[in-house]
Amino acid sequence: MVGHKLVELITRDGGLERWRIVVFAEEKRLAYDRVGLSALFSGSTAEDLSLVADGAYDGVLVHLADPVVAVDREQRLVVSASGAEERYDALVLATGSYPFVPPVPGHDLPGCFVYRTVEDLERIREYAAGARVGAVVGGGLLGLEAANALLALGLETHVVEVAPRLMPLQVDDGGAAALAERIAELGVFVRAATQTTELEPGPDGGVRTMRFSEGTDLEVDLVVFSAGIRPRDELARTCGLKIGPRGGVVVDNACRTSDARIFAIGECALARDRTWGLVGPGYEMAEVVASQLTGSPDAPVEFTGADLSTKLKLMGVDVASFGDCFGEQESSRDVVLRDDVARVYKRLVLNTDTGRVAGGILVGDASAYQLLRLMAAGELPTPERPEQLLFPAQAGDAGPGILAMPEDTAVCSCNNVTKRVICAAIADGVSDVGGIKAATRAGTTCGGCVPLVTDLLNDELRKSGREVSNNLCEHFRHSRQELFDIMRLRRIGSFAELLAACGRGRGCEVCKPAVASMLASLGGGHILKGEQAGLQDTNDHFLANLQRDGTYSVVPRVPGGELTPDQLIAIGQVAKEFGLYTKITGGQRIDLFGARVEQLPAVWSRLIDAGMESGHAYGKALRTVKSCVGRTWCRYGVQDSTAMAIRLELRYRGLRAPHKIKSAVSGCARECAEAQSKDFGVIATERGWNLYVCGNGGMRPQHAELLASDLDDESLVRYIDRFLMFYIRTADRLERTATWLNKLEGGMSYLRSVVVDDVLEIGTELEADMERHVAGYECEWRGVVEDPDRRQLFRTFVNSPDPDPDIVRVSERGQMRPALPEERAAVTPVLVGSVR
Amino acid sequence: MSRWVDVCDVEDLVPDRGAGALVGAYHVAVFRLSSGEIYALGNHDPFSGANVLARGIVGSAGDVAKVASPIYKQAFDLRTGVCLSDPDVRVPVFATRVNGGRIELSDRPVPPARPGTASADSPLPQDDKEEQ
Ligand code: SRM
Ligand SMILES: Cc1cc2nc3c(=O)[nH]c(=O)nc-3n(C[C@H](O)[C@H](O)[C@H](O)COP(=O)(O)OP(=O)(O)OC[C@H]3O[C@@H](n4cnc5c(N)ncnc54)[C@H](O)[C@@H]3O)c2cc1C
Ligand code: SF4
Ligand code: FES
Repeated sequence: MVGHKLVELITRDGGLERWRIVVFAEEKRLAYDRVGLSALFSGSTAEDLSLVADGAYDGVLVHLADPVVAVDREQRLVVSASGAEERYDALVLATGSYPFVPPVPGHDLPGCFVYRTVEDLERIREYAAGARVGAVVGGGLLGLEAANALLALGLETHVVEVAPRLMPLQVDDGGAAALAERIAELGVFVRAATQTTELEPGPDGGVRTMRFSEGTDLEVDLVVFSAGIRPRDELARTCGLKIGPRGGVVVDNACRTSDARIFAIGECALARDRTWGLVGPGYEMAEVVASQLTGSPDAPVEFTGADLSTKLKLMGVDVASFGDCFGEQESSRDVVLRDDVARVYKRLVLNTDTGRVAGGILVGDASAYQLLRLMAAGELPTPERPEQLLFPAQAGDAGPGILAMPEDTAVCSCNNVTKRVICAAIADGVSDVGGIKAATRAGTTCGGCVPLVTDLLNDELRKSGREVSNNLCEHFRHSRQELFDIMRLRRIGSFAELLAACGRGRGCEVCKPAVASMLASLGGGHILKGEQAGLQDTNDHFLANLQRDGTYSVVPRVPGGELTPDQLIAIGQVAKEFGLYTKITGGQRIDLFGARVEQLPAVWSRLIDAGMESGHAYGKALRTVKSCVGRTWCRYGVQDSTAMAIRLELRYRGLRAPHKIKSAVSGCARECAEAQSKDFGVIATERGWNLYVCGNGGMRPQHAELLASDLDDESLVRYIDRFLMFYIRTADRLERTATWLNKLEGGMSYLRSVVVDDVLEIGTELEADMERHVAGYECEWRGVVEDPDRRQLFRTFVNSPDPDPDIVRVSERGQMRPALPEERAAVTPVLVGSVR
Repeated sequence: MSRWVDVCDVEDLVPDRGAGALVGAYHVAVFRLSSGEIYALGNHDPFSGANVLARGIVGSAGDVAKVASPIYKQAFDLRTGVCLSDPDVRVPVFATRVNGGRIELSDRPVPPARPGTASADSPLPQDDKEEQ
């Protein structure tokens, strides 16, 4: 990885004019992302991991699968295994490390592996096919990653660690306990404080029995060694370069070895008296060498050491450690948060002399990692009560400190990208996270810094006056509200017309669905009519919700949550017949998951015959109006909330909006329907209804606010009509009512003056718009099922009636669910030459 | 050596929309643009692992015609298969041509066209000449 980085940097800085570069690689492929190696077990291919951009090696001579076997320093010559010789003026060793395998008897039996290269993983995968039990020797960071891989391959997985706890280098006893508990829950067996003394073969000659120091043993089929890494310094040793006492090619701060013409970088180098087993410091060393070779002025000329803080997601569990995580300083004191229920462990080490954060350990929830790490590194000031950062972020907290960060803060530690570099990219015109990734590589390795990058981006854009633009996208220089007015006033009825009137290009995944939604709000007819079909997002296009494996979910409307026994039976029958997974949703209705594209019309045909209709779960549209049983049954109810919920749901069903709309009606102030968390919520009073608006749950929960009280039925409906239509006209794309209100100048009192007092005198117009919607409503699914041309759109292949053979199901708790990648691998035949 | 495989009528495709097709064992996403061009990419979305690119929205970024994956929205250049937000990722490209109102595809991926040279019927690689 580091060698590749060096080539990239040299070519970038014009080094090819001064240098003829020759690369010798032992592996048979160009550089790939070793950090992401485990992704090979979750569907990625070796090609996906490649780090090499097209043309990156133009003008560079590469010998693949041909390691250097000797260096002749006198003649300045390297010799490769195949006998190739090259003279050098400068030689850079970037030979990395090798996994250390403890020399226990039997360590080289068939079935014993290490975890370092693509080929290692391929061999493990192959061998695991016939195996049932796997063990990993070593419970450090890589060992746990390997254990996760074995789990993914379907093996019963054991981890054997000599130290008394997991990840001894990164976490303390408390953290390791939380980690071990969570990992055990995933089905991994952990044996700490256990030394492996011997491996014995079974009858087939492959590894079978592991013997441990305490006299126990374990039957296994496969063993992965992950007991640490050692620098690959063999070349340097044989040519007489200075080597550290525990290995590693000794280099100075300029990364030069004891021979001034030879550099060493990455994991093979012993820099600042230690080796560095992370990619970030390696990349920094590559920069140091590149700047010396190209004479580039802005790159660093000294390796200054690097932050060894780490944050990982191991088997879905966040683990992070940073700074002086074990509190080794005299003056350090701990704040520890141990939550045995949520199995979260957080330790914050404070320096009592300075009052600053010195380091810490986070297990189970590492959301505060980036900020705490920067505080420990002294790059952010420590706030007054740092221990509060151990509690999960509260909604509404602005990310503290981004502004306070000094320019040299490494925002992305994987690629060592500073705030300065990111800000420079933004100043050069980059305006989205994708652009920052492409320009600076920040966020492209572990992804952990992306939230920080995003905050920084928004902040910088705002500061530079490039007001986070409200243009819909590159194809329209208008906000959604402006486009809505243009379409309404000029009676524009298609995307093509609108593009001709005020857009450019072909449109994209942002503007097309937004315009489709506006056409629908303006009464544009069936959403799959003619040109409109091409605009819809896949959910709207197939009138169902896309799931992770490419199948869809089906949600029939259940107005107010009221369902007859016959409808329940019908839903059950359909699910059974088509093999769908059923679940009660959070919206008082039933979701049927796993329908393939070509099944959708048949599924819906059955549901429609049973009297049901589309629930618009796929649309930015009215979702559900939840209800409580109300006065009819409940001893406290003061109005018939169920009937009102049904009335409202039927009135606004199918209404397209900038975002989804949810509602609820409660029969009394006890509020069992949770109306105050809805876009519009209604609560019964002795005298009528109170109307609350602009609430939501979801990512940033916000309570709805009271708009009007004690309304009779008709006023209630009139106000809701006006409220919804005003929102639809004026909100931005993907803006829920709460966000819209938060930005609305004048806030709730302005909204009330428009909806209740009609100061803009558009009340009747808005009501008329809604009447048109109500009159024009038809079930979108009926419109498909009854139209053979539209039914035609629902197929997996244009040239075959077959289903997608890659959709594979397994059974769980009596129902079907999508197979995980590794389960799928077990049942799908692999076609030679296929790219699937 | 690749050959042309008949897939469907031009009219079977909705303009500016894709459709899945099976070409031998390959899952292909075929796109018909309203401006007439036909493009074909591998249908397998490398980010989600599902065969869904054909169900994405077709559009443009600058001059580049693209399709956005319907699952996590990464966009791919229709000519080269390169992911616009992550240029290290590329999906396979198939050659396309229209023959008597029928769409034909190469029976295996071809090296991607260089940006700017793609046309509605990009040629198959040279070594295929004798077969046609
Ligand atoms: C099925 C369901 C979960 C369940 O198993 O119960 C669900 C499933 C999805 N929700 Fe939800 N949400 C479901 C109830 C909720 C609720 C609870 C409720 O409605 O009472 C909430 C919080 C309340 C709220 O929205 O104010 C909720 C907040 C979200 C959000 C966050 C919205 C926000 O403003 O922050 C999203 C993301 C979005 O829409 O952008 C989301 C998005 C999604 C999507 C569409 C994600 C996606 O793109 O695939 C899920 C697909 C559904 C499908 O395939 O059918 N879902 N979702 C629930 C369907 C309710 C229904 O019958 O229609
Ligand atoms: C599974 C896994 C997960 C990891 N996760 C993380 C992480 O989350 N964060 C992080 O920072 N780091 C992580 N690492 C560590 C990271 O991958 C290494 O720090 C990084 O790869 C070091 O780069 P390098 O160039 O020094 O070594 P390498 O990437 O190993 O490259 C050295 C190359 O030199 C070749 N070579 C050796 N000798 C010769 C020779 N004589 N002639 C020619 N070629 C030779 C080797 O075959 C190898 O291809 C992980 C490592 C693994 C294995
Ligand atoms: S909470 Fe998240 S994962 Fe669960 S259904 Fe909603 S969107 Fe999907
Ligand atoms: S910190 Fe890992 S990608 Fe930025």
